[in-house]
Amino acid sequence: MGKTIAEKILGRHAGRETSAGEIVMADVDFIMSHDGNRPLSIQVFEEMGGETLFDPKKFALVIDHAPSSPTPVVANAHKLVRQFAQRQRCLLYESGEGSCHQLMPERGHALPGELVIGTDSHTCTYGALNAFATGVGVSDAAAAMISGKLWFKVPETVRFVLKGRLPAGVYAKDLILHLIGSVTADGATYKAAEYVGDAVAALSMDGRLTISNMAVEMGAKAGLMEADEKTLAWLKGRSARPFEPVFSDPDAVFADVLEYDVSKLTPQVALPHQVDKVVPVEEVLGKPIQQANIVACTNSRLEDLEVAASILSGRRVHPGVRLYVVPASRPIQIEAMRRGILPAIIEAGGVLGVPGCEACSGGSQFGVAADGDHVITTANRNFRGRVANPEAFLYLASPATVAASALEGKIADCRKYSR
Amino acid sequence: MLLRGRVHIFGNDINTDYIIASKYKSSTTDMKEMARHVMEDADPAFAGKIKPGDFIVAGTNFGCGSSRETAPRVIKAAGLSAVLAKGFARIFFRNAINVGLPAVECDTAGIQEGDELEADLGAGLVRNISRGTEIRVAPLPPVMLELLNDGGLAEHFKKHGTFHLQSIRR
Repeated sequence: MGKTIAEKILGRHAGRETSAGEIVMADVDFIMSHDGNRPLSIQVFEEMGGETLFDPKKFALVIDHAPSSPTPVVANAHKLVRQFAQRQRCLLYESGEGSCHQLMPERGHALPGELVIGTDSHTCTYGALNAFATGVGVSDAAAAMISGKLWFKVPETVRFVLKGRLPAGVYAKDLILHLIGSVTADGATYKAAEYVGDAVAALSMDGRLTISNMAVEMGAKAGLMEADEKTLAWLKGRSARPFEPVFSDPDAVFADVLEYDVSKLTPQVALPHQVDKVVPVEEVLGKPIQQANIVACTNSRLEDLEVAASILSGRRVHPGVRLYVVPASRPIQIEAMRRGILPAIIEAGGVLGVPGCEACSGGSQFGVAADGDHVITTANRNFRGRVANPEAFLYLASPATVAASALEGKIADCRKYSR
Repeated sequence: MLLRGRVHIFGNDINTDYIIASKYKSSTTDMKEMARHVMEDADPAFAGKIKPGDFIVAGTNFGCGSSRETAPRVIKAAGLSAVLAKGFARIFFRNAINVGLPAVECDTAGIQEGDELEADLGAGLVRNISRGTEIRVAPLPPVMLELLNDGGLAEHFKKHGTFHLQSIRR
């Protein structure tokens, strides 16, 4: 019987053949942990009796959730992170380096066929690189930091076959919002999502990372894609480790195979306060907004900033709107400066945050909305209280829709700005 | 494991931001202090209503959202004995067992606010004392029972130094 990507990667790391439903003990290739957990994974590691990391080269700490150290409590957590990294001689990505889910792919810590865990639910982002990557809590992370292993239930897979080409002004974000709206927020719980088809092949790596990033918003454990020439070209020079891409067999067994034609898709918006309350932009056009965020591990990569700048360039953000922009990493920030993308955004009225999770995670204490504010954001969650104020209302959309809405002071159709 | 307490009802899709808002990560590291804000964005008065041993009873997709283990830790620190739901988001489910908080998957449709329950997790049964009904509970995978019996994953590691799970075939 054929196997899925998920069954093959977990099997390879467990040292035996596996099928969906089985529980395996698997060797992990990389563990990521950030400053936003309470307690921190490094504290649980010590509580569990951990003395040295199983392999300091396979563990990275990232200061991204509150990179501006807004309070003494946060500053003290950062101090613990730095002391641990120094003591254990492990990797540390300092404040300002970027969001963990940009850094792991960008710095070559997640490769095709690998098994990666991180203490963040959006760890599934690296599925776009054909890695089985999944979010865990700090106890699971600490256990793996000590032993190099973790137990997994091998998930069934829901395969999304995405056909056709996205129309102009419609992006990866619109596509994944549409899929989440269609299967709902728990439509893939306990399962792996697998995205294939010519619509996926046509996407850039930035777009693919956006789609895999939001797999968890349909409850999925992983958001897997095949590695193609684009993947291999993107990975070039990022890591010296050998790797082997993994594909599902033609006779693999899927829990479900869902086909979508994306060629008629329109810009999509998720309404407050649920990620799966998704409607076409036409249904919310004209809704006044007071804040617009181009942020988060979902949508603040170079391509996202470029699209936003192409709409904002030579124009001014509406006087009633604050526009916050947070590049996903330092290299992206630098490249966006070089190409004139950030100058165009700043001239239009955009305000920059520190690369990382600012204006997405409420713990960052940046871009906190006021009572009754309506905020349109490129982030992956619109839960009540997500940006530190339960009295605000969050809408999720693509960077183009957010930029167009920032200009008009109301939810707008970005397609009229398409060139 | 026999648990007894009164019911607090919540709906579907209760996310981890509702269970404990991320803004409190910047203001305190004390779980007891955080427990005063448990479920605050879903019901601001909730923390004041809890009596030790009480249950949270919810619908589908409980604990969706972030991977924060703070969520089950805060529920436990608030004195609640277990969460009963029609379904759980997978990271929350794992985290709950890892910190020794029973997460019980069962049909919660007939349970109402204030009902008194007795949960016998070993027998896989929840008795609704107020209504005289019984609810069957989906059994935990053996690996999770092993961890729960040890008091969670940290206790398991303190005891064995590493993973020592009899139920996993190598």
